[in-house]
Amino acid sequence: MARASSPRRMILTTLAAWGVALLIFFPVLWMILTSFKTEASAVANPPELLSASWTLENYAEVWARSDYPRFFWNSVVISIGSTLLGLAVAIPAAWAMAFVPGKRTKDLLMWMLSTKMMPAVAVMIPIYLLFQRLGLFDTKTGLILALMLMNLPIITWMLYTYFKEIPGEILEAARMDGAGLRSEILYVLTPMALPGIASTLLLNVILAWNEAFWTITLTTTKAAPLSAFIASFSAPQGLFYAKLSAASTMAIAPILILGWFSQKQLVRGLTFGAVK
Amino acid sequence: MSTHSTRLAARLMVAPSVILLFVWMIVPLAMTLYYSFRFYRLLTPDRTRWTSFDNYTWFLNSPDFWLAIFNTLALVGGVLVITVVLGTLIALLIDQPVKGQGVLRILVIAPFFVMPPVAASIWENLFMHPQNGLFAAFARGFGAQPILFLENYPMLSVIGIVSWEWLPFATLILLTALQSLSSEQLEAAEMDGAGAVSRFRHIILPHLTRAITVVILIQTIFLLGIFGEIFTTTQGGPGSASTTLPYMIFKQAIAAKDIGRAAAGGIIAVILANIVAYFLMRGIGKNLDA
Amino acid sequence: MTVSLRALMGATALLALSGAAMAETTITVATVNNGDMIRMQGLMDDFYAKNPDIKVEWVTLEENVLRQNVTTDIATGGGQYDVLTIGTYEVPIWGKQGWLVSLNDLPAEYDVDDLLPAIRGGLTVDGNLMASPFYGESSMVMYRTDLMEAAGLTMPDAPTWADIETAAKAMTNTETGVYGVCLRGKAGWGENMAFLTAMSNSFGARWFDEAWMPQFDQPEWKATLDFYLNLMNNYGPPGASNNGFNENLTLFQQGKCGMWIDATVAASFVTGKDSTVADKVGFALAPDNGLGKRGNWLWAWSLAIPASSQKQDAAKAFINWATNKDYLALVASKEGWANVPPGTRSSLYANEEYAKVPFAKMTLDSINSADPNAPTVKPVPYVGVQFVAIPEFQGLGTTVGEIFSAALAGQKTADEALAEAQTAVTDEMKASGYIQ
Repeated sequence: MARASSPRRMILTTLAAWGVALLIFFPVLWMILTSFKTEASAVANPPELLSASWTLENYAEVWARSDYPRFFWNSVVISIGSTLLGLAVAIPAAWAMAFVPGKRTKDLLMWMLSTKMMPAVAVMIPIYLLFQRLGLFDTKTGLILALMLMNLPIITWMLYTYFKEIPGEILEAARMDGAGLRSEILYVLTPMALPGIASTLLLNVILAWNEAFWTITLTTTKAAPLSAFIASFSAPQGLFYAKLSAASTMAIAPILILGWFSQKQLVRGLTFGAVK
Repeated sequence: MSTHSTRLAARLMVAPSVILLFVWMIVPLAMTLYYSFRFYRLLTPDRTRWTSFDNYTWFLNSPDFWLAIFNTLALVGGVLVITVVLGTLIALLIDQPVKGQGVLRILVIAPFFVMPPVAASIWENLFMHPQNGLFAAFARGFGAQPILFLENYPMLSVIGIVSWEWLPFATLILLTALQSLSSEQLEAAEMDGAGAVSRFRHIILPHLTRAITVVILIQTIFLLGIFGEIFTTTQGGPGSASTTLPYMIFKQAIAAKDIGRAAAGGIIAVILANIVAYFLMRGIGKNLDA
Repeated sequence: MTVSLRALMGATALLALSGAAMAETTITVATVNNGDMIRMQGLMDDFYAKNPDIKVEWVTLEENVLRQNVTTDIATGGGQYDVLTIGTYEVPIWGKQGWLVSLNDLPAEYDVDDLLPAIRGGLTVDGNLMASPFYGESSMVMYRTDLMEAAGLTMPDAPTWADIETAAKAMTNTETGVYGVCLRGKAGWGENMAFLTAMSNSFGARWFDEAWMPQFDQPEWKATLDFYLNLMNNYGPPGASNNGFNENLTLFQQGKCGMWIDATVAASFVTGKDSTVADKVGFALAPDNGLGKRGNWLWAWSLAIPASSQKQDAAKAFINWATNKDYLALVASKEGWANVPPGTRSSLYANEEYAKVPFAKMTLDSINSADPNAPTVKPVPYVGVQFVAIPEFQGLGTTVGEIFSAALAGQKTADEALAEAQTAVTDEMKASGYIQ
């Protein structure tokens, strides 16, 4: 609903919008700034900004103390793996629900969402035991499975809402041309749904990347992602504000950068069928 | 319109996700139900036995139980109100033609990319800390006593932190909805002499209903299980002032290593979640002609 | 996507190859993220040189997360770890459950008789050494010599609680943001309850009488809690109910505490490079009330092997390397004597070089003055100075810790807190079958 407005109003709204945006962003900014300060400077009173002593030492120390590349790689594999697997399961389901709806489709969707309402801590021990017995504990496969199942309801629902927006007539036309089910999905639906699939993918990579309960509970070393990396830094000894900030920045930087580069796609896609 | 064979194909396509989710739900749930009737403590496995409803009785009679229920609902409700109201206002603001919209949007959605333990520890250490936090520095700058956020306002502090994390999500969805509102409609209303408030009430807000419903639904799902933020910041305290139901379960499972009681708490949490889901569906489900 | 998938497969293939070529044993070691443990990870070249066929994978976690993961693993027979870092609370309980492997057969060079008797006693179950101490600690008073001098006071080597109150009052200065005393307030059996339980010993209090009846309704506990709350409310930092070991360490390093009563290992941090007050710190024994017991605890982070480990020989080789005398010498040669893991071996305290470290003697005296087998003034049925070595204590300690933390935050009076603690502990002891 972009509308023309007077230059004065534009300056005012610009100022207000930037003020609010900087306020929201400030904690992240402050964390990044703190990560480049010396420990003494990080806790100085009054807080130092221009007068602070800057250093890269925190990053060097965090890097030396832990195997960051491995945590990072695990995060990448787990979040992308669980998302791809989730898409593979959810795309057919969402397609069927959107184009061959039955009486119970809506109930089914709501039931899927409701499975997510069970607090993770409530089933922690059962899942832990299951994973151990099945040999899935501390494996990337196990975490990919767990996170895929955790996010499956959201993936399915998002895809469903995108598919719903594709006009049925196009499918009819394709069917008249004699396209089979497979080619209907491959050549007609998928290209139309691609933006929706892309933003579903992005959102789920973010959700999986930021998941910090199962990833810590179900791993020790081999499959531990960046959330576990942060857990090992949450209370080191002595002054730790700058080192904690550096480790935190390292943990969120990859996903923050991905998010920023893809924000147009994400913004366009994050509707959950909220737009008619 | 759809033939018998497409229906069958459709069923086959839905089946994998339904079966997987069903197994993922029912197996742990059944195990939890089983444990909830057992005396099962990890550190004394030799004393494991059936214990009928003792675990439930303990949970329901615990002095913290009703406080935990209240805190859980306060957390969900508080975050929903804050994110929806602020999210709408911010969406309205950045939907205006402003300079540098792209960068602006990036700044606004940044908190969404911060993993919960990181978000919680930034707020706890860099902002709310009574001696070294930025808020304390501000307070001292004005000659005031620093506010003891986590000691005196633990629940409000947690709600604040979680709201910050979820604000971008609400803002984004509401913004996308706003952008689909036709400007002709608004201009027409403006010409009819409708003021800003009345335009908001009669045109914008009805248009946003669906988006608000989605925000409430999705956020409730995530907020009911919130746990990491409390673990990192207040650990449910002081005392049990910021203990929520998930955190209470966690304490039984981890601190006391009492799997039986934790399982009973888990079943209670599932029941609570279903009650919330029921009212949610009744209250706003009609806005979602899914 | 295909690129990353291919890279993934390539990486897997490489791993498989290297495994086949070397045929080495990989052991997984779970450690807490303390400075001494981190330092060990930097000295692994020495271990690999001596044990070329063993590879070590580290799991370094924050104390609470570590304890949670390790306990769940061992109680469910998970077998994820080959070496565990656990404390003097876990060892007797887990040893009795048969969850740990006895370390009696470590090589002679390990020299088990060199271990400090108090520490060794805490890690021995039915005559078998179940864990090897990596570092031992007690608690003591750390204080600012410059502030004491400015106040015209001197700290006795063995102060009473009254001395502490006098000193706290004299050093508190809200103008400069210096608080007389910093003590633990954060809830947890290993946080505020470690301090308060040890403190209560010096006030003549105890958790249970000989028949396992909880004693929070007794005047000794009332005296303990009243004194603690009074001290903290008048001379402690605001927001103390959220302060644990690390928060207090940070405050002390910043020069915001006149005194801090906490773990002896903190001595090397408050005098180390991150500290702004490094050259102004004095040490004294934990306070007493003239009743024959001091308010100091005894703890040892120790390495143990779970019975579920499939690689016990390699695990023993690692433990022998990490906790014998040569390791202490290795750390000293690389990082100096002040950074050697303290509190485990008599030979270290007989070493003339180590005697020059300012806090060496006070650490040894503190450790020697704690007796886990007779921790209290009145008789008790349990072992443990700042804990009660029963499986239920983690839960009990956390519950009581929360109640006392709430009292510190001003939500409850001392009397309400004690009454609540008494009820909660009584209920739990009944449910666990200790009392009727």
